Amino acid sequence: MPDQSPQGLMVEEEQGDRETEERIVNDFSIQVATVNGSGSQSSNNVLMRSIFQMGIPVSGKNLFPSNIAGLPTWFTIRANKNGWIARKKEIDFLVAMNGDTAREDVMSLDPNRVVVYEESLRLNQLRSDVVFFPVPFAKLATGITTDSRLRKLLANMIYVGAVGELLEIDPAEMEIALTKQFKGKAKAVALNKQALEAGRKFAAENLDRSRVPYRCRRMNSTQGKIIIDGNSAAALGCMFAGVTVATWYPITPSSSLCETLTDYMREYRTTPDGRATFAIVQAEDELAAVGMAIGAGWAGARAMTSTAGPGISLMQEFVGLAYYAEIPVVIFDVTRVGPSTGLPTRTQQSDILSLVYCSHGDTKHIVLIPGSVAECFEMAGAAFDLAERFQTPVFVMTDLDLGMNNWMSDVFQFPDRKFDRGKVLSAADLERLGKFDRYRDVDGDGIPYRTLPGTDHPAAAYFTRGSGHNEKALYSERPDDYQRNMDRLAKKYETARQHAPQPVVEYTHGARIGFLAFGTTHWAIIESQDQLSREYSLPTSYYRLRAVPFTKHLSEFFEAHDRVYVVEQNRDGQMAGLIKLELPAALSAKIRSIRHYNGLPIDARFITDELIAAEKGERN
Amino acid sequence: MSTTMQPPTVPPPKNVNRLGLTMADYKGSDSTLCAGCGHDAITSQIIKAFYEYGVEPYRVAKLSGIGCSSKTPAYFLGRSHGFNGVHGRMPAIATGVMLANRDLISIGVSGDGDTASIGMGQFVHLLRRNIPMIYIVENNGVYGLTKGQFSATADYGSKAKSGVVNDLPAIDICTMAIELGCNFVCRSFAGDPKQLVALLKAALGHRGTALFDVISPCVTFNNHDGSTKSYKYAKDHEELLHDISYIPYFEQINVDYKEGETQDVALHDGSHIRLRKAGFDFDPTNKTQALDMLRRCQENNEFLTGLIYVNEDKPDFLTLLNAVDEPLAALPQARVQPTAEDLKKIMAELM
Repeated sequence: MPDQSPQGLMVEEEQGDRETEERIVNDFSIQVATVNGSGSQSSNNVLMRSIFQMGIPVSGKNLFPSNIAGLPTWFTIRANKNGWIARKKEIDFLVAMNGDTAREDVMSLDPNRVVVYEESLRLNQLRSDVVFFPVPFAKLATGITTDSRLRKLLANMIYVGAVGELLEIDPAEMEIALTKQFKGKAKAVALNKQALEAGRKFAAENLDRSRVPYRCRRMNSTQGKIIIDGNSAAALGCMFAGVTVATWYPITPSSSLCETLTDYMREYRTTPDGRATFAIVQAEDELAAVGMAIGAGWAGARAMTSTAGPGISLMQEFVGLAYYAEIPVVIFDVTRVGPSTGLPTRTQQSDILSLVYCSHGDTKHIVLIPGSVAECFEMAGAAFDLAERFQTPVFVMTDLDLGMNNWMSDVFQFPDRKFDRGKVLSAADLERLGKFDRYRDVDGDGIPYRTLPGTDHPAAAYFTRGSGHNEKALYSERPDDYQRNMDRLAKKYETARQHAPQPVVEYTHGARIGFLAFGTTHWAIIESQDQLSREYSLPTSYYRLRAVPFTKHLSEFFEAHDRVYVVEQNRDGQMAGLIKLELPAALSAKIRSIRHYNGLPIDARFITDELIAAEKGERN
Repeated sequence: MSTTMQPPTVPPPKNVNRLGLTMADYKGSDSTLCAGCGHDAITSQIIKAFYEYGVEPYRVAKLSGIGCSSKTPAYFLGRSHGFNGVHGRMPAIATGVMLANRDLISIGVSGDGDTASIGMGQFVHLLRRNIPMIYIVENNGVYGLTKGQFSATADYGSKAKSGVVNDLPAIDICTMAIELGCNFVCRSFAGDPKQLVALLKAALGHRGTALFDVISPCVTFNNHDGSTKSYKYAKDHEELLHDISYIPYFEQINVDYKEGETQDVALHDGSHIRLRKAGFDFDPTNKTQALDMLRRCQENNEFLTGLIYVNEDKPDFLTLLNAVDEPLAALPQARVQPTAEDLKKIMAELM
């Protein structure tokens, strides 16, 4: 993961900028409040990308409803010169386009913030301590087109123009971003450029920019970087890992993973004569989706499915089969807020236990936990290698925030290594060996050998079953057969500890407190560490988990600190509980838990405040 | 329980098939089902059909769900890979297997509970997709393994061993399969080896899902006078569509039927099935007639057996997906991993 705190450099630049003594440069959040289905997504992307193209670190988070059209939606852009791209709680610049939420949106602002709003909403009467800029969006759009449907869409690009002007975003970058967004569709580009210009012109002529404290100034922190969402990154990872069978069922927030995969595969995995080197199937439900992937994995394909929590619940029985019968399959869980339907369009890390112990009986699984889009790409590749090496389901757990939102990243590195297809015996191997026992631990690592159907050798066949079986894959209810097999599966899991992605551990000199976090929480943690250091002179170490099962580094980290705060986005502290099971009592007594679970991405200030309050409690 | 596997009644010439394999090469482990179970008779016909057709055992994938019927893939084709999955979900496994390796010949064995109750959702989508495979429902109208509960194919008014009367209508698997677009639909009876073997061989030549609804009486829980799926009831009420003769493409076609009495149906692999009409003019390529015939037999409390509907024109799912000819599972890394240059191009688009 790239270092996200190039602070020293930026402070100098800010000090050198005399003109902006009173200005806050490259450190603000914009919230655009619109109605779902109004077509604001393209405009918001243009706004975000323009800032990105000026070299300013930026992130975009879409807070949307479970609805096709009509309910409120908010898009938040955070620009931050220090590279802090986690969610920021406070909104600095509000674009109020939705009458239904405008009042609450305005009232929740801190004083001295800025509001651009549709003139007819008359928001300036609500309070006197924020800066209001009314814009007649509807009227301006009428000047561009008579088509009423288009007018609504163009109003979105008009606010982009106005905001750009107020924040001094380079108009040239905005045009480049716009052209990119509409992928050279000439008519759309032309119309939207007109709208962008109309907004910019209106702001320049009618709005007093000197009342806006925020400014965009060109930097050099995004050069060579990309913007991508986690689902697309994971899809690319799967494609470059050579996935051949992907079977899935639509569910928010995972749908775009297999949809993007389909788009990329059509382009990059089609032979010159137009044939596909893959099969992607939208199944009839999640049971079928995972069942197909398991069938394909059994027959030797690199197979996957992607889903969210409710889908995981449905897949449980099949996952147990794949664990017990030892079949490779990769399952992406882009987690959302549960239980039940929960908040399907909000983020949470609450499937940890249901993944690690997925299915009935004694099961435990390998779960990879990417913390960035780059890791979505890398771990997708790692997941296929691990699944085939260990002949077992491998989960990749991301969340809605990572999966569906846009993130800045270094470019992805080509996985320049040979695929690990695991212990598969060919007809030639069988000829040499004479025979094989499907479930025998030949190498002492708990991992047996398998053959694929279609292997042309009389000794190749075996019978796969979810019922009790012995080393020869024959039906068995014998107590010793059962226990030996279960013990071997446990041993296999022990072997996996060394092969799963290792944690990223940063010990800080003098730190008696450690953070332990995973996934998207990472971005808030590193910002919180900075806050604690600057505001409280409190050094903290940081252990970023990247997979279950854990490694020996875990107990080392606990040994080195007085208290370890496990920060996670669920109510019950699921990861803290899992760690407690793993550690000896003396160490598990050091576990402290910080939990954020309201459906919004966790933010640094929350962590800082919680930790300080808890530390005060420790002293009392 | 003892094995009930029967040796073949008609030994083939020289006791080997065209691959030089013996019938024994197509057998599996000993059955653990009840003595006299209809399922074991079906197992014997599968062995015979695959042997006589000359299917290479290594190319076969035997698939099943959960239940008495689903145990049977262990009892035939011991030299083929088998997969006994979870209850009602064999269609998903079969779909995945065929996506991964289109060279395989899949044969799935299911029961009426596994297919028409818990697995109904997957079953209908398998038919809709036309996954190339033979799908056999060993239909006894009862849950044997859990001691005799009714299944969804139990006939209205039939009586369970416990005395409970079924007051729900039965699902007719063949009617449903035709409606869902299945292009090879047949029904047979576990006690009719000649018909079943001919149908199985015809199914091996079909590309797409070949559905078999095989009435297979449960000797323990559903073979008494109150049952409509007992041996006695089935034998008395069987309405034979036609005698079927299978003519493989690699053998001389032996014409011994009189013109006007037979109808040939060409199968995808170049072989034919020849039907001898029995008593009435029935065209199995006519969907409307097939459905009508099924309904008329139902009304008369008769089982219509034979090849009820066949159509060789519909593309199977693998054809629709336009995948390469080789098994996807066997493609080397170079063919499934785009290049570093491709990644650079994609990254540039995201900058």
